[in-house]
Amino acid sequence: MDFTLNEEQTMIVDMIRKFVQQEIIPLEVNLDPDADELDTDTLSRLVDKTKKMGLYGLDTPSEYGGPDIDMVTRVLIAIECSQHRAGLYSPCYYAFGGARQAQLFEATDVQKEKYLYPMLRGEKRVFFALSEPSGGSDPARSIQTRATRDGNDHWVLNGTKLWISGADRADYGLVFARTGGAGRAGVTAFIVETDWPGFNVSRVVHTLRSAKYATEIHIDNLRVPHENILGEEGGGFAIANDRLARQRVPYAAECLGVAIKAHQMAVEYSKIRETFGAPLSSRQGIQWMLVENEIDIRSAKLLVLDAAAKCDNGQPFRTESAIAKLVCAENGFKVVDRSMQIHGGLGVAKDLPFERWFREMRIRRVGEGPSEVQKHVIARDIIGSGLR
Amino acid sequence: MPIRLEKPWIDFSSANLGGIACHLGVYQLGTEEEIVYIGVADARSRFGLKGELESWSNDFSLKFDRFRIEINMAYRTRHLELLQVFYSDYGRLPVGNLDVDVSSLGQLRPG
Repeated sequence: MDFTLNEEQTMIVDMIRKFVQQEIIPLEVNLDPDADELDTDTLSRLVDKTKKMGLYGLDTPSEYGGPDIDMVTRVLIAIECSQHRAGLYSPCYYAFGGARQAQLFEATDVQKEKYLYPMLRGEKRVFFALSEPSGGSDPARSIQTRATRDGNDHWVLNGTKLWISGADRADYGLVFARTGGAGRAGVTAFIVETDWPGFNVSRVVHTLRSAKYATEIHIDNLRVPHENILGEEGGGFAIANDRLARQRVPYAAECLGVAIKAHQMAVEYSKIRETFGAPLSSRQGIQWMLVENEIDIRSAKLLVLDAAAKCDNGQPFRTESAIAKLVCAENGFKVVDRSMQIHGGLGVAKDLPFERWFREMRIRRVGEGPSEVQKHVIARDIIGSGLR
Repeated sequence: MPIRLEKPWIDFSSANLGGIACHLGVYQLGTEEEIVYIGVADARSRFGLKGELESWSNDFSLKFDRFRIEINMAYRTRHLELLQVFYSDYGRLPVGNLDVDVSSLGQLRPG
């Protein structure tokens, strides 16, 4: 498969590379090493620039005002946008638009007016609540949050959601609850407003990451209007699943971007750092680490581009996206670890970005489906649907 | 880990400040009646919690006589959590936290 960049892709990659080097990295000199947000004025200035580039709202479909880019180009952008200290979880500090709740594009016209468009205009913040204490990787079986019909007009929700990003600052979001029996067909998606009685963000979940955080939500007799069902009753899992497979591809590419930057830094450092009278790069032990980095990066890049190309060609890409996510997260972690090792003491200090990347890349091996679950998805494709 | 900071209060004196290490983490300043400031020693703090607390020695803009600390590498999320919990408990921020924009603060309801 030929992954040579076309003229437009080359131009976009060059433009974003310059943007990261000239606009983003200089800002990080004065930010806390774990910062994930910019002040409002700075972010507005950067958003103006990305709008002028025609690249604001990367994950917004073109019919809703987003740029008309294919998945391969989206992957190339993700690889470039993540090449800075905060790049893994705050690529370019969201100057290219925030993470959108793509499921809302499935909304009715009335729901779009009330919820989708304010989100796209950046006026409202949204969360996505699928995972629960009982599990996140197999939501079809593990969802225990219950929605019970209350007359014709309302549903009453009860349960707990865990690992939910941004719920404490959101205006509304999607809550998946069980309206029927066990399995996929029993799950329905509800649009829930955060100021409704019974919706409580009960705590911040502290993790290896000191920037973006997750929350726990307690839902206690929350009344939701029937018209706030997204899609069909019992159709929640399909809505969640279709979009998750698609989002997994650029998510994988972000791991690759960080790995590329870490590797570049390791190569440069190995040439200038001397030990026992010779540069590190002259030592076979270091050379082999750099070679392993190179191979891990190249193989991950081919696999994530393969997933993106199949997505663009309308071919099935669920297995390819699982492979890309698995390999990019695992290889990315190894590359960051080796690069950190090559930097010695500096590698573990907050003076350089490696320690943050190391912590965040470790989460990446678990988030959006752990590596073992990706292997399960791949195995199911190889062995057949009989595998549960 | 408890949601609210439950470490013991320590009298704000140079002798006690001398025993504080330079770790990263969060801290509170207070009086017998109330918490007046919730602060953070992030990685830009030259001497971590020690440096941040010592900087208050010559700042007379707030009235307080005690402090307490929590060493925490997740200092950013912990700081936000403490501010949100305080806001949930009292409907306002501590009088000294004029450096925090309430509109950008999340809404935690820990119960």
